[in-house]
Amino acid sequence: MSTVLIVAEAQPDGHLRKATLHALAAGKDLSQKTGAPLHLAVLAEDPAKLAEQLKPYGAAVIHTVASPAFAHYVAESFAPAVAALASSIGADFVGTAATAQGRDLMPRVAARLKAAMASDVLAFSGSGTDVTFTRPMWAGSVIADVKLKTPVKVFTVRATEFSAAEPGGAAAEVKAFPAPGEVTGSPTQFVAFNEVKSARPELTEASIVVSGGRGTKGDFKEIEALADELGAAVGASRAVCDAGWVPNDLQVGQTGKVVAPKLYIAAGISGAIQHLAGMKGSKVIVAINKDPEAPIFQVADYGIVADLFKVLPELRAAIHSSKS
Amino acid sequence: MKILVTAKRVEDPESKIKVKADGSGIVQEGLKYKINPFDEIAVEEGLRLAAKLGGEVVVVSIGAKEVQEQLRHALAMGATKAVWVNHAGALDPMSAAGLLKAVIDREKPDLAILGKQSIDDDQNQTGQYLAEWLGWSQATFASKPESLESDAEKAKTPAIQVAADGKSAQVVREVDNGLTTLSVKLPAIVTTDLRLNLPRYASLPGIMKAKNKPIEELTPATLGVDATPQVEVVKMSAPPPRKAGVKVGDVQELFTKLKNEAKVI
Repeated sequence: MSTVLIVAEAQPDGHLRKATLHALAAGKDLSQKTGAPLHLAVLAEDPAKLAEQLKPYGAAVIHTVASPAFAHYVAESFAPAVAALASSIGADFVGTAATAQGRDLMPRVAARLKAAMASDVLAFSGSGTDVTFTRPMWAGSVIADVKLKTPVKVFTVRATEFSAAEPGGAAAEVKAFPAPGEVTGSPTQFVAFNEVKSARPELTEASIVVSGGRGTKGDFKEIEALADELGAAVGASRAVCDAGWVPNDLQVGQTGKVVAPKLYIAAGISGAIQHLAGMKGSKVIVAINKDPEAPIFQVADYGIVADLFKVLPELRAAIHSSKS
Repeated sequence: MKILVTAKRVEDPESKIKVKADGSGIVQEGLKYKINPFDEIAVEEGLRLAAKLGGEVVVVSIGAKEVQEQLRHALAMGATKAVWVNHAGALDPMSAAGLLKAVIDREKPDLAILGKQSIDDDQNQTGQYLAEWLGWSQATFASKPESLESDAEKAKTPAIQVAADGKSAQVVREVDNGLTTLSVKLPAIVTTDLRLNLPRYASLPGIMKAKNKPIEELTPATLGVDATPQVEVVKMSAPPPRKAGVKVGDVQELFTKLKNEAKVI
């Protein structure tokens, strides 16, 4: 029988990645449209705890795959296990969230399954096996409806386009799937992970993002102060990351993180196409820029033509005094 | 060391892309074309490795005769020779990977470096398909800890660290929340992220020399590959426009609007 298989993702510390709940919501949507039951794959050194945590989120079956080779993620270990599981349960649709891991893993899974793939899916339409995948091209300047002509179809979803799955409903049945021998034969070895630690929320998961661009001239103190006043994440434009002023993983844009918070504050960011692609899904956009012609104003709900070093402290003071 | 790199022809990333009224594609008039920026970074990294370790850089492009412009560009940057897969039809990541696999089977490089994605279809798949079908290691989204304004970058140091015995390489990858380091067995597939390097400009002598460098022409038929795409684009449309915003006069007005109108703070 046809099934929809979603692959769960753990953080390096073993905790569930929130993006998985968004991928599950996408899987549920696809399951309703195709009539195929929703299954979930959990690959880990010891997947029991994650499987237990994911039980109430709407999957019919959770398949756990355990192997010491899964202690650190590498595509060459994960892909054979996901592909073997997908084949064994007759999955027609195999997907996950478009995180760094999802982007790295799923084409390798698709290659094993001789399946075509759609990346960064925004929506599904159609019914049965006749499904259309809606996805961005040219950094979001074009929205394309695509069909995958292979029997098995692989995809990643843009997490911000699907609201996180909520717990409730029948608990999933948990089944152990034996890891195929290949998972231990990876020609690639994990060496190290250098985490960029921050007390602020993760960019793609924050409800407010304050971003700085070239206009900051590398001085992010006011950006960070406003972010902390709002409990927000800090973002940056590509120019700022390339200059080494802030870590790379703060970059918002087509080539960085795609965010869609309820409030996005862009300070000193001109609004290059590639930056807009990463944030124009935000609910409310505020632009602060000295240049009245900056393209960022074309997507902003509220714009202010002024110096960010004057606006940010004043805004922070106004927010602070409204709290007390 | 023999390094294979790719050079896809794409629309200039600075150009404004518009969808045709009937949704069948994008408006081509007035567009400029360039080497895919991620591929240009791949060419640069290949050249740096070849300069450090000795060897040659072979650049590959798939497409109609216009892609020779992108091959000449890579040759002018310093690549040794070019392979042109003459193919006029539509491509998807599977068919591109199938053709590249056949070229790699002929060229037998020690390392292949590709852009992580092309800026037209933004799929980010070809390198991974290719690695799986070759049975090779993959290191996607290659980056480096140093910034693009660091001394290491100015010295044009390659970021990919090939072991002294030439059997493996260490690659730093950009992932969510940080950087991961992998050790890949060679030959391997590496795909490039933006902060791996700043590609060099083609010098005038480089451009002159490139005119005499060989471009070998192949076709899907001579490679024995069926390049029929399996991803079919049914319709293209423009993204929904955002409704026009307002400019506010001062910070107090901005604060009031955010609090009382948008209700987001």
